[in-house]
Amino acid sequence: MGRLSYREGMRQALREALAGDPRVFLMGEDVGRYGGTYAVTKGLLEEFGPERVRDAPLSELAFVGAGIGAALGGMRPIVEVMTVNFSLLALDQIVNNAALYHHMSGGQFSVPLVIRMATGAGRQIAAQHSHSFENWYASIPGIKVLAPGTVEDARDMLAPALADPDTVVIFEHAQLYNMEADVPEARNTDIRSAAVRREGKAVSLITYGGSLPKTLEAATQLAEEGIAAEVVDLRVLRPLDMATVLASVRKCRRAVVVDETWRTGSLAAEIIARIAEEAFYDLDAPPARVCSEEVPIPYAKHLEEAALPQPAKIVAAVKAALGR
Amino acid sequence: MKIIDAPPSGPVPYEREFALKLLTDMLRIRRMEEKSAELYGEGKIRGFLHLYIGEEAVAVGALHALESRDNVVATYREHGHALVRGVTMEAIMAEMYGKQEGCSRGHGGSMHLFDARARLFGGNAIVGGGLPLAVGLALADKMQGVERVTACFFGEGAMAEGAFHESMNLAALWRLPVLFCCENNLYAMGTAIERSESQTDLCAKAASYDVPTLRADGQDIVSVHETTQRAQREVRGGRGPFFAEYRTYRFRAHSMFDAELYRDKREVEEWKTRGPLHTFSARLKAEGKLTEEEFLALDREVGAEVDRAVAFAEGGTWEPVEHLTRGVYTNTETEREGT
Repeated sequence: MGRLSYREGMRQALREALAGDPRVFLMGEDVGRYGGTYAVTKGLLEEFGPERVRDAPLSELAFVGAGIGAALGGMRPIVEVMTVNFSLLALDQIVNNAALYHHMSGGQFSVPLVIRMATGAGRQIAAQHSHSFENWYASIPGIKVLAPGTVEDARDMLAPALADPDTVVIFEHAQLYNMEADVPEARNTDIRSAAVRREGKAVSLITYGGSLPKTLEAATQLAEEGIAAEVVDLRVLRPLDMATVLASVRKCRRAVVVDETWRTGSLAAEIIARIAEEAFYDLDAPPARVCSEEVPIPYAKHLEEAALPQPAKIVAAVKAALGR
Repeated sequence: MKIIDAPPSGPVPYEREFALKLLTDMLRIRRMEEKSAELYGEGKIRGFLHLYIGEEAVAVGALHALESRDNVVATYREHGHALVRGVTMEAIMAEMYGKQEGCSRGHGGSMHLFDARARLFGGNAIVGGGLPLAVGLALADKMQGVERVTACFFGEGAMAEGAFHESMNLAALWRLPVLFCCENNLYAMGTAIERSESQTDLCAKAASYDVPTLRADGQDIVSVHETTQRAQREVRGGRGPFFAEYRTYRFRAHSMFDAELYRDKREVEEWKTRGPLHTFSARLKAEGKLTEEEFLALDREVGAEVDRAVAFAEGGTWEPVEHLTRGVYTNTETEREGT
């Protein structure tokens, strides 16, 4: 297949979805003429026209809700919310309608909607544009939550998300869009399982999305010091593939969870709770986590870097878990 | 609104059969809800129960102006809408009991009546929550070339929500076939309209989105029906959304927990003189389309329907608690949900 960026992978998936199913359409702020805030949808307006690549006004609540309504009405909308920060304006529709309609209607209605949004910090765009709320979304029964952390997943996870009969929220870490990789031909992938991205036996590093490259970098540094870290990429944040996580934890007997959401109530907290519930006696050390510091993400570069998970922090957490 | 208009009067421009259909549907809602309130007192129905008593002409008049293929999105005060759309009284009552024979399998209760066959997309209990959905349903129809109107009911309280403004703008911008039906009963729970709206002329407010508007007397089923007929014709004509305001009044408390400290009892009594049921039946009688005996017979028939609904709900079954985690996702009715 050759070399592809995360952005191109996602665009390729969107193009294939639009070409393959007349029910699919894109809707969101600046997805058309502007070409997408992160240029993911660039060129799609020209190819598919303004009906199917639909620029929406700055009305997150209404156009996300309209996506839900259109899904109820037989379409397969892909709604792009510019960033997770603005998704808070649409949260009511996602939580109270998309997630509840199937169950609350006694199974009569389903909401086959895909919501994509950029997430995460790291570009000095300050506190209001640097949030990570994947943990919030992952706590809601009724929706599924994906976080592609590789170029391949950026390309391959959209198709199963669209085929899913329920609402799927896809988080794309903004720092990943320029990441490139040599990837094989597009293939069928699942949206149920985690993936072991690097094998090891000294410690299990569990992470997802934008923290995956940082964690892999930390694992490389640890390898240079003779510590073989295993890296588990969650890929799917709801439902969590705890079987893969627990197998890795049982093998390594130590676990460090890396997650860019704030530490309190983080996804890392949930994963550690489950490890404690299900694999407590397999552990040789208390599980640890590397999350964002409990501060609004600052603008100044050195402060922003200090607030976020970084390879050095992950290395330090691993060494602490190993007593080194 | 301290000074109210005179009770609805004047000729009823319908054949007897249709006029009686309208009257019967209002009566069905009234009697079903009176019974629901009684059952609430007995502890058979729990949770929130929002009665539509006093407002029946709106749902009945408006929905009889629509077609069965149209979509309906309603609020948490939607027993009447469900009933008029063809959801059986049995299924509604069983839902209020929380039985699995209910129209939402006992998962929704009074506020979340759903029926795919009737194209009733809820029973939405977030004020304003149904408006964006209606826009999306209409968008789907437009994109698929389906000629259909989506009627979205909401109270005047929803007009203070951002969802109203965003939805009006989007529907107008994209010329979508949405009929926005504002049931203006003058109180958002306990907050009077003058205390929540800078502009109390709701049609003026809606018109600012370049949407045509009409106002109906919500206590007069003829006014409601005629207004909705005109509105739905406009929407079906493809010119985009339409806003209809129905001025009405809730005779009962907001919910069963409401002590009604915010309004004068005399105001309620005054409004009751404009009750949709008795004024309409009086007009029919005056025109010789209905006799007192016929009315009483009709009422008995409706009473029997209510009795059957209660018996059905009483005889209904509880979903086994082992099924608790089913149905959170589609196609997983029998497997345990992943979390």
